[in-house]
Amino acid sequence: MKFSIYRFDPEHDQSPTMQVFELDDDLLDSEMMLLDALLLLKAQDETLSFRRSCGEGVCGSDGMNVNGRNALACITPLFSLKAPVVINPMPGLPVIRDLIVDMEQFYKQYRSVRPYLINKDPEPEVEHLQSPADRDRLDGLYECILCGCCSTACPSFWWNPDKFLGPAALLQSWRFLADSRDQATDERLANLDGPFKLFRCHTIMNCVEVCPKGLNPTQAIGHIKELMVKRSI
Amino acid sequence: MNIPRRQFDTLIIGAGGGGLRAALQLSQADAHVAVVSKVFPTRSHTVAAQGGVNAALANVRPDNWHWHMFDTVKGSDYLGDQDAIEYMCRAAPKAVYELEHFGVPFSRLDNGTIYQRQFGGQSMNFGGEQAARTCAAADRTGHAILQSLYQQNIRAKTHFFDEYFAVDLLHNQEGSILGALVLNIATGEKLVIEAKTSLLATGGAGQIFRTNTNALINTGDGMAMALRAGIPLQDMEFFQFHPTGIAGKGMLVSEGARGEGGYLINNEGERFMERYAPNARDLASRDVVSRAIVTEIRKGRGCGPNKDHVLLKLDHLDAAVIRKRLPAIRDLVLTFANVDLCDKPAPVFPTAHYTMGGIPTNRFGEVVAPIEHGPEERIPGLYAVGECACVSVHGGNRLGGNSLLDIIVFGRAAGNQIIEYLGENHYHQPLEDACLAPALQRLAHWEQTGDGESVDALRKELTATMESHCGVFRTEEVLSEGVEKILALQKRLPDVRLRDHSKVFNTARIEALELENLMDVAVATMMSAQQRQESRGAHSRIDFPERDDVNWLRHSLYHKASNSVDYKPVRMKPITVETFPPKPRTY
Repeated sequence: MKFSIYRFDPEHDQSPTMQVFELDDDLLDSEMMLLDALLLLKAQDETLSFRRSCGEGVCGSDGMNVNGRNALACITPLFSLKAPVVINPMPGLPVIRDLIVDMEQFYKQYRSVRPYLINKDPEPEVEHLQSPADRDRLDGLYECILCGCCSTACPSFWWNPDKFLGPAALLQSWRFLADSRDQATDERLANLDGPFKLFRCHTIMNCVEVCPKGLNPTQAIGHIKELMVKRSI
Repeated sequence: MNIPRRQFDTLIIGAGGGGLRAALQLSQADAHVAVVSKVFPTRSHTVAAQGGVNAALANVRPDNWHWHMFDTVKGSDYLGDQDAIEYMCRAAPKAVYELEHFGVPFSRLDNGTIYQRQFGGQSMNFGGEQAARTCAAADRTGHAILQSLYQQNIRAKTHFFDEYFAVDLLHNQEGSILGALVLNIATGEKLVIEAKTSLLATGGAGQIFRTNTNALINTGDGMAMALRAGIPLQDMEFFQFHPTGIAGKGMLVSEGARGEGGYLINNEGERFMERYAPNARDLASRDVVSRAIVTEIRKGRGCGPNKDHVLLKLDHLDAAVIRKRLPAIRDLVLTFANVDLCDKPAPVFPTAHYTMGGIPTNRFGEVVAPIEHGPEERIPGLYAVGECACVSVHGGNRLGGNSLLDIIVFGRAAGNQIIEYLGENHYHQPLEDACLAPALQRLAHWEQTGDGESVDALRKELTATMESHCGVFRTEEVLSEGVEKILALQKRLPDVRLRDHSKVFNTARIEALELENLMDVAVATMMSAQQRQESRGAHSRIDFPERDDVNWLRHSLYHKASNSVDYKPVRMKPITVETFPPKPRTY
């Protein structure tokens, strides 16, 4: 099977190149994931660089652009891919080396939405009570693994990475707005005000299309907008 | 020497649940904390914990901490230290309520309290009916806890060194730990972090086995750093094989699957756990269930064309329950075994999962070792919590749901202990350049060029050797051969060479440093296993099938310098209650 992989090492390369790799068919089996193939390639050429950890789609390390679409290598079945498999780093972020991007901008946006529960009441001795229905509202929100596949697939994020917060951070914002235990709704909404942070979402929905966890940031963004409108009247 | 230095009150190595819980405690107390992690914190392996965290909240069935303590002592096969176990079980409810206050989205019962599920080895009334003690956020409890802890640390303004690799602890002549030499992975630059206190929270070492449930980052870094600093590792022969890894692949299927009503069957469709554990059946302790599966397969009752696995059956349950309580597991099994648990059973096999042993500590998270005065002398300035530590609450076998509990209870306890220490120790001790020499030498080795074996080739042999010689069932013959083989592999390590010597995000270099760590931990594990001539918890010797409390109710301590194992007594005396004396262990 053939692979065409983005290579760039700032110490040695003037500009990035696409390198062709090949894996012998007898090294492959039908149940392999793309990450397995990358690990085999790295065993042949240890300079090939990418992040990876859990290998089962829960840690969010190995987001990359595979045949034009952002995905997690560890849960992308190898034989679902058309060869040669073209692998690029996730778009829209500076490349550190090969498939490794600098995610600082992404994390900064995440931190900026105050992604933590704010409850101003005196702490109860036991748990805050939350009805199963209220808890259900967090399903589809808290599962985000911060892989970056969504934000780096978003044209609004590419154009205004410093001003638009991007789908991942906004999904987190809604995760706390939607939490019946959280009491910072006004501050959270005020923090998102203005033409860019939230409103640069043009519902292109690339984020929904690529999310490896099947989450729906566009819908979350819609909910925030609705809540803003409701609050303003 | 022109290596930059930074000073902090506390250096925490590892940003999983244990490290982050300690960091939060410290940051909230205005300590100046540095958390060093080789991956971005939310990618730490705590994220993969599925089933939940144990605490006797009694939300579903009657419960109290003393029953939890009994189950944990029994589960440990009486090798756990009963003072630490009492402390953990008593602290559990408060620790879980705190997590809820931090924002963890626990699943809920109709009355709004935290949902609790049944897990293996849990009982009411000291061995009575099944308890329901495991607090769950669906089947993503670790993910939910790790993210909430990271988020609270953002709020508390903890200082993070993301994607920095800790090379080695730094210590002076007197043995005080003064910080660590770390490597900025993105730039390849070295940094000395000087700290009055250092906490190891680097997690387990599942990667010593070829097939395992662990993330690729679980390479026993902290354990190996401790060994190289002259600190022994405790009870390393006790490695947990989780009964239900996806066969041939290793991804974990939570015990929660059986807690929600799933069970195991052999090729005759028989629910075989009824024969091995008539009362607890599929919710017996993990060591018991893993042995039963391997025994069934050895007797020819395995499933599939090669009769090499058993099946985990959930399809008799309401599909809505599976979707609600086990959504991520259903996804995982669908992705990796191409089976929808709502319709069909999944192929499973016992898979290397959890390092019960580790860096010896007391229940305050202080690292203790035999130096001059007895077996439990404190190493000044050094603390350890979580899977890399051995406090020991898990003894010979950990109960499901007690690992997340371990990290939050002892992360918090170590944080508090460090705060106390910082109150009395205001200044950094001088760190001479000479203290850096061993760590720098370690890095320099990998700068050598020329021909040599590859990191990948040696690692593959290492993990295959551990798998074939240190598995669920062990014998003198297999272990002795294993010791010989692993020591031979260790001898080859100095001749391994890197091809890639670049500075920027050199993952090959990190893997080389990890291989050194894996090797140290693997040797410790194999040596300790070969020495222990009894069967206890996860350590099953076919040639010594019984537990031997007369000779072996004691902790092993493996020392790297002498490549030898010695022993220390188990702490049988709890803090306030009566000792649970060893009894035959049946489920």
